[in-house]
Amino acid sequence: MNGIGGVIAAALVAGAQIAAVAVGGPLLVGVMRKVRCHIEGRVGPPIHQPLRDLRKLFSKQRMRPDQASWVFGVGPVVLVATAVLIAAISPLATTHPPLGQTADFFAIVFVLLLGSVALALAALDTGTPFGGMGSSRAMTIGALAEPALLVAILAMSIPAHTSNLPALVRIGLAHPQLIASPERFLALGSFLVVILAESGRLPVDNPSTHLELTMIHEAMVLEYAGPDLGLVILGESMRLALLLGLLVNLLAPWGIADRPGAAALVIGLGALVGKVVVAGIVIATFEVFTAKLRLFRLPELLAGAFVLAVVGAFTALVIR
Amino acid sequence: MSNLSLVITAIAGLSAAIAGCALPAKTRVQAAVAFTWGACIAALVGSLAVLHTGHAMVLNSSRILPLTGVTMVLDPLGAVFVVVTAIVAIASTLYWLGYASHGLSTRTASAALPIFVTSMLLVPAAGSVATFLWLWELMALSSLLLVLVDQRRREETRSAAQWYAVMTHAGASAILFALVMLSAHAGNQTFAAIRIHAVHLPAAVRNTAFLLALVGFGSKAGAVPLHVWLPKAHPEAPSPASALMSGAMVNLGIYGIVLVGDRLLGGGPAWWWLTVTAVGVVSALFGALHAATSTDLKRLLAYSTADNMGLVLIGIGASGLFAATGHPAIAAIAMVSALLLTVNHAAFKGSLFLSAGSVQVATGSRDLDRLGGLMRRMPITGVVFLVGGLAIAALPPLNGFVGEWLLFQSLLHGLPTSSTAVAIAVPVGVAALALTGGLTAAAFVKAIGVGFLGRPRSEGAATAHEVPRTMQLGAALLAGACVVLGVVPMIVLPALERAAAEAVPGAPAHSLRASVELRLAGLQGVLAPALLAAGLALAFVAVIAMRRLAQRRSHLRVALRRAEPWGCGRELQTARMQYTATSFAEPLQQVFDDVLRPDRDLDVSHLAESRYYTEKIAYRTSIGDVIEHNVYRPMIGAVNVWGQWARGLQNGSVHRYLAYGLVVLVVILAVIV
Amino acid sequence: MMTIRSILQAIAHPRTVTEDLGPPSQVAADVPRLAGSLQLRHVDAGSCNGCELEITSTFGPVYDAERFGARLVASPRHADALLVTGPVTKNMVGPLVKTFEAMPEPRMVIALGDCARDCGVFRDGYGVEGPVGDVLPVDLQVPGCPPNPEAIVRALRGLTGR
Repeated sequence: MNGIGGVIAAALVAGAQIAAVAVGGPLLVGVMRKVRCHIEGRVGPPIHQPLRDLRKLFSKQRMRPDQASWVFGVGPVVLVATAVLIAAISPLATTHPPLGQTADFFAIVFVLLLGSVALALAALDTGTPFGGMGSSRAMTIGALAEPALLVAILAMSIPAHTSNLPALVRIGLAHPQLIASPERFLALGSFLVVILAESGRLPVDNPSTHLELTMIHEAMVLEYAGPDLGLVILGESMRLALLLGLLVNLLAPWGIADRPGAAALVIGLGALVGKVVVAGIVIATFEVFTAKLRLFRLPELLAGAFVLAVVGAFTALVIR
Repeated sequence: MSNLSLVITAIAGLSAAIAGCALPAKTRVQAAVAFTWGACIAALVGSLAVLHTGHAMVLNSSRILPLTGVTMVLDPLGAVFVVVTAIVAIASTLYWLGYASHGLSTRTASAALPIFVTSMLLVPAAGSVATFLWLWELMALSSLLLVLVDQRRREETRSAAQWYAVMTHAGASAILFALVMLSAHAGNQTFAAIRIHAVHLPAAVRNTAFLLALVGFGSKAGAVPLHVWLPKAHPEAPSPASALMSGAMVNLGIYGIVLVGDRLLGGGPAWWWLTVTAVGVVSALFGALHAATSTDLKRLLAYSTADNMGLVLIGIGASGLFAATGHPAIAAIAMVSALLLTVNHAAFKGSLFLSAGSVQVATGSRDLDRLGGLMRRMPITGVVFLVGGLAIAALPPLNGFVGEWLLFQSLLHGLPTSSTAVAIAVPVGVAALALTGGLTAAAFVKAIGVGFLGRPRSEGAATAHEVPRTMQLGAALLAGACVVLGVVPMIVLPALERAAAEAVPGAPAHSLRASVELRLAGLQGVLAPALLAAGLALAFVAVIAMRRLAQRRSHLRVALRRAEPWGCGRELQTARMQYTATSFAEPLQQVFDDVLRPDRDLDVSHLAESRYYTEKIAYRTSIGDVIEHNVYRPMIGAVNVWGQWARGLQNGSVHRYLAYGLVVLVVILAVIV
Repeated sequence: MMTIRSILQAIAHPRTVTEDLGPPSQVAADVPRLAGSLQLRHVDAGSCNGCELEITSTFGPVYDAERFGARLVASPRHADALLVTGPVTKNMVGPLVKTFEAMPEPRMVIALGDCARDCGVFRDGYGVEGPVGDVLPVDLQVPGCPPNPEAIVRALRGLTGR
């Protein structure tokens, strides 16, 4: 990449990916809600309803608990900022994202963890019991999901000899036999369970519950209003879209832009949108037929994901 | 010049101790601190020179210690530990200036602290067995005196000091046996001679020496199951001393293991390093779990020290394992990651202990269930603790993340291997790394969130105000180091590489190429911490600008309204309704119930008139240390029983005592003849 | 267990029983329009639960008010409008006012049912403080005892503008 032209091209690609995730995230949530409604036998809100909700929220008043510190206001900002950064540097629409050489899978996981921790701290800053409850449950689930996640990353990195995410996608594109391998499926299965846990979908958490005592993620945001709530909702939907985007590109990278150029980028974005929508529909259908697990059954689910990942890692080692 | 720096360090340290002892109360702390800074700066200059040139500094004198003489050799590996100790000591003594009015200004304490610092600065420079052991013992005794400072006010302090004294001396005797055995075989007590002779040692001697060294130094580093003194002694010591103990002293345990295993014995068979890795995994998990479920702020930090040292041991074990199976390049990277984790730990743990001390001074309590709302009342201390907490949870863009990334990369790239030991150890290591990372994040969200955020849960927390400037600065200095090391780790990496090259024979000269990015030579692994930090900052500013823009366009009369928190319409909302540290940790405690085995005590008292009506229900729960309860207490009980039995030997009869003397004399004569 | 084909058919063409609901009702000019997004927080200030059943039916598959952008939320901080049912009993005055004050501006109050409008059959009861209008500024009233779901949907459509 040479000089100013390269920098501008990189900024454009970053901007395109960020825009796709920022607009596509709420649309993805809308699609998933629509699918659930249709299976339940009703029409449901239109697909762009979450975008309307966000537009309205940004014009409302901000509110703050009287004894909260600055952490309360910073939490949602960090959540969205981490999602924006990851959207810019991940291999979503192209295998050469800007700063792609720094897009290490491990780094991406920990940047997203920074967002979760910021929200958990802000929830404790509200001074309400709900904030503490949501924060406690969310950190417990995060702690138990991390072993599965990191060992799944290990399992996928072993055959490719690198944990750099664009490199993983490129290698998958060039050698399809690496994708059609048992360790990749096991690792991605484990990754899918972790995505459900981290983004608060069934069977881990019901995103549309009204019962505070059953909430995990929702309990952390009961105190936010207006733009802060808009940022939280945007951040959560961006994270879901991001994680699903990474999952589909590791599972089926075809369509992603492999060479520079606007046409390839547009095709890549289209392929990303199509694949993520399919993944969203599958997850939403699964959610309709699943009940929420009791909080103390979740360690069993996450331990199962961990076992999947470990078996994947050992398979990767054995098949050489 | 460079040899002189060690001498200046020793002299300055001694002067500091004398000043602390002799001067009147008004000036003794300031004088001691000034001289200690002199010692630290001299040591810093000398070690930086060693790291820059790569040549060791040698100093010999046979006049200071009779019979054995003093030999000092400061090589790059030791220099890294000296630099870390010096920086932590500068920050802690700066903190001490402000803390002195709270009880650390007695003659004993003012003399003991400089001696503690000086001995820690000189231990990595020891070049012979006698020098090493003298300095080690000096360090142990001075730290014991510091732990005992508060013993008149609190009874737990005396018990903690007893545990510390016994365990540190048990460890010291293990180290003594190991080193003396090695020097006896080599015929000379200097480390250089031992190293040369090490190849001729029989395997039994090497194995015994290594295991004894692992036990002794591991106990000092806080490796489970030899860690039980750590959660007792570190909280009871006054905060500057706790910061030094957790930030500098435990590192010397790590130094000792690398010294004996890699430098003196020149590496060993794979099972040595598997043992080290296994100890590391258990320490990391046990420490992280107890940190996540602890409600005492300083005890939480102490268990977290054991956790971090476990991660360092995983790195050292991985390094030795890769070296033993023939991959010196990856072994060097693993050793660099272990050293980086040590450096990082000193920075964030030192800062955390100093801020915890500030909290204790300001609120009078270190029980998290009594704190809260401190971020608004103690803004600087709160931000410093936040930075330290995020750093220890390995979150970008701070230093803990870089260290863990490097460890993960070394484990990943060590994997193309034919050795089954490595093939099993690496996924286990990665899983342990992940689980401890998650548990540490939960532990520190709890510590920051319950301790500093929300509403104050007690009178002490509600009336807290910020501590004196020097205390804030001391903690902030180390927190600043966390930020700097996180964004530009390249400033320490060349030095760490040089130190790792000393420890791993056959390592290439440059296993990491570090400029703006961190690159692993010959492998695919890149990290750009500065770019990540810049990206995060940019995104952060952009989102805040977006929010502000939205507010401005909304045409509302009041854009941001402060209101009481939403409590479902409840009329009465008190601070006691918030989550406490105990409740925060309760899901984790339930999940890991079998490992933690909390004590539960339920006391129901009924009304006198009828058993069907209860008058009062009291519920107590506490999490003790399982290993202390199931391993150490039975051992202490057995020793007690044996002691009681042995009292029968002393029945006061002179005849019996004379008979003892006769029997022993006959036995000795028989053995000699 | 449904087959894959039946699931795909359900997603593509939902079998709904929604009835024709008539035009949206007119709302006063000074009530803010929310451009298709209305989050409601329901408070039962002392009702007999008849109106609650109608609300449940409104958001159910038959009448499906979510089509028009309305949604029930758990926290008043997330809500635009407070949906109050029943006469305000003496014990619920404080919590009702707190709920209203916890809402961010712009905010509205919808009084649902005859009891919320003028205490209905519970007028002069010993536990009743008064209609919702005595406690909070009401922006929209939906008459009926209970109002049927079509009326509720018409009122909500008037607010969302869809």
